[in-house]
Amino acid sequence: MSRLAVPKTYKLYIGGAFPRSESGRTYEVRSATGAFLANAAKGSRKDARDAVVAARSAVGGWAGATAYNRGQVLYRIAELLEGRRAQFVAEIEEAEGVTRAAASAQVDEAIDRWVWYAGWADKFAQVAGNANPVAGPYFNISVPEPTGVVAIVAPQDSSLLGFVSAVAPALVAGNSVVVIASERFPLSAISLAEVLATSDVPKGVVNVLTGSPAEIAPWLASHADVNALDLVGAGDLDWIDLEFAAADTLKRVLRPEQGPDAAAPALGRIAAFTETKTVWHTKSMK
Amino acid sequence: MSFLEYAPAPESTSVLNLRDQYGLFIDGEFVDGRGTPFQTISPATEARIATIANANEADVDLAVAAARRAYDRTWSRMSGRDRGKYLFRIARLVQERARELAVAESLDNGKPIKESRDVDVPLVAAWFFYYAGWADKLDHAGLGANPRSLGVAAQVIPWNFPLLMLAWKIAPALAAGNTVVLKPAETTPLTALIFAEILQQADLPAGVVNIITGAGDTGAALVAHEGVDKVAFTGSTGVGRAIARQVAGTDKKVTLELGGKAANIVFDDAPIDQAIEGIVNGIFFNQGHVCCAGSRLLVQENIHDEVVDRLKNRLSTLRLGDPLDKNTDIGAINSREQLDRIRELSDIGEAEGAERWTAPCEIPENGFWFAPTIFTGVQTSSRIARDEIFGPVLSVLTFRTPAEAIAKANNTPYGLSAGIWSDKGSRILAVADQLRAGVIWANTFNRFDPASPFGGYKESGYGREGGRHGLAAYLAPAPVGGQAAITRSSRAAVEAAGSDAAAAAEPKPRRTRAPRTPKATTKGSKR
Repeated sequence: MSRLAVPKTYKLYIGGAFPRSESGRTYEVRSATGAFLANAAKGSRKDARDAVVAARSAVGGWAGATAYNRGQVLYRIAELLEGRRAQFVAEIEEAEGVTRAAASAQVDEAIDRWVWYAGWADKFAQVAGNANPVAGPYFNISVPEPTGVVAIVAPQDSSLLGFVSAVAPALVAGNSVVVIASERFPLSAISLAEVLATSDVPKGVVNVLTGSPAEIAPWLASHADVNALDLVGAGDLDWIDLEFAAADTLKRVLRPEQGPDAAAPALGRIAAFTETKTVWHTKSMK
Repeated sequence: MSFLEYAPAPESTSVLNLRDQYGLFIDGEFVDGRGTPFQTISPATEARIATIANANEADVDLAVAAARRAYDRTWSRMSGRDRGKYLFRIARLVQERARELAVAESLDNGKPIKESRDVDVPLVAAWFFYYAGWADKLDHAGLGANPRSLGVAAQVIPWNFPLLMLAWKIAPALAAGNTVVLKPAETTPLTALIFAEILQQADLPAGVVNIITGAGDTGAALVAHEGVDKVAFTGSTGVGRAIARQVAGTDKKVTLELGGKAANIVFDDAPIDQAIEGIVNGIFFNQGHVCCAGSRLLVQENIHDEVVDRLKNRLSTLRLGDPLDKNTDIGAINSREQLDRIRELSDIGEAEGAERWTAPCEIPENGFWFAPTIFTGVQTSSRIARDEIFGPVLSVLTFRTPAEAIAKANNTPYGLSAGIWSDKGSRILAVADQLRAGVIWANTFNRFDPASPFGGYKESGYGREGGRHGLAAYLAPAPVGGQAAITRSSRAAVEAAGSDAAAAAEPKPRRTRAPRTPKATTKGSKR
């Protein structure tokens, strides 16, 4: 005698809450074998704009937290993810139609990437920063600071690992993000949002939209309060138009990457969403 | 003659050995341009200095092809140590010909000789000297071991620091192993062409640096050229946007150093004498033709009147006139076009209700001049508090608390630089943390050094020039695994090798597109 399951409603994740799309729209998410999995929220322009507002209001607190604190918060995500490993493995197995071993490997790697990036939080500034030996009586130091609000089109061919690989590095330096999940595999991203919501990540630091990247990304690319655009998963979109639109406000743009190494762990992904600030201060005995 | 007056002391132009006509410097030689030549004039007298060749698209093709050949055959194969030696040679030659370069710069640009002699040219030499030492140490540049050069760099520079901007662009590019096609600004090509002669004296291999002169359309053609791997631009935010659009969808790497509207924040405990000098230096250095100029003075309300009075006193002692005179503080505005813009924005400031004060000084009959001007009672919404004027015009606003100062300072789409004046170190550091700007000067202003990274936040552009960070603009990490990070040059290498296996491992090629027509050209490029 089997128990009747209780399916979950998958919603958006904006400002620490889980709203439905203001548009009221959903779209069917099916498994690799074609079975119905869920009705995911189909995010709209308004949802994207709400997410940017939430992200902007979260930047100050997240960027202002100590690097040590950010590192611990990011590490805690890995801890919580580890505890819910079975859920993600099952979700990925079903959605992507991969073996349990492959799904497990994806979850393990996602957890390990959180750990890797968490460890960078209080070291990145030492590696990317400088004391500069200028020719004069000045204390002169360069430090990386977060760029601000980063909009991300997550890798589209991956449920969890692609999403984590794009989001984690942007968070290390103190940016907040608005991320469009994989259109075909959106459910793990929302499950991860549940992890984020119960970890110590301040609300608004990560905002997750599901739906059509082709529909939502242009609004983020042209949004004047978005500072940077990661097109890592936008290779199948008209991404050139997105980069073109981003030029209006001189957003920092990372172009699409394809293949298994897309968004591979790298210091460059942290650096891409930082600004170098150089401070000169006079030195004098007087 | 009062104690503030001096007899004229003009620098002699006899040190110059100018040609009547200059060609384009392509593949190590001066060649004729195919566009209509133009005159470069002295903005202080409007007298013609020389006739300058104008590069059209065919000339741009030639220059890029020369740079590509030099990259493939010579420069990318040369050891870092030898590249460095060439850069050391250039640094020394600049020092040897420093006086000549300074006089030529002041003649062509209009800036006071004491600035070109004591700031621009010494920094040019320092820039080459600094990056020369990097050429064989690139493993330590922060991109991991064996970073790759990018290829051919297209560099478009402004008219406000003609030779210095050339040095900022060329020195790191060559140190990193790239070759260069550089376009100086239309109104200030002279020192770049003298620099080309220096390259000949240095025996730099032909084609490693190509210098093509022309107007905005020449720059636009260069930036758009398919043979270019890297674009570096310093100039207005409007042109920067057009370039960002132009390169969208290509593999070109871009750095942009654009406009600014810097806040210079003066707290009531500031060392007031130094602050006054710093404010004057911040906005009246180089006639205010400085992208990082401290054009918005944010002064704490209780010392507003004192600061403004002292400023007016100080400005009344500045001497405006012949840029070649050693006693001149304020030189000529670089062009009639720029003078018109300064006048227009100043008139708008007055019309919007700000109070205008102009330093009393005699304006010469010929040439382009604008006396140092202060606006008080400026609202944050006023055009003169928001738009980059790029001239000797200071807008004064007030604040009461540090939080208000920070909010007002950050209330701009720009984010290039800022100044803080206070005796309290803890407050300076806390305020510096909160300012969204790439360079912050505390109890000083407008300091530049080759070891110190320079560049903006937000719409002031992206990338850094100077220091270790400046190398990153001209390097890419060594390919790891190759797939995600594959680039044009490595793809070309794969094709050249004809390896099926390598080709099979290549990711889906990026979609490319026909270049879009930018909505603006690079005409009137300025910092």
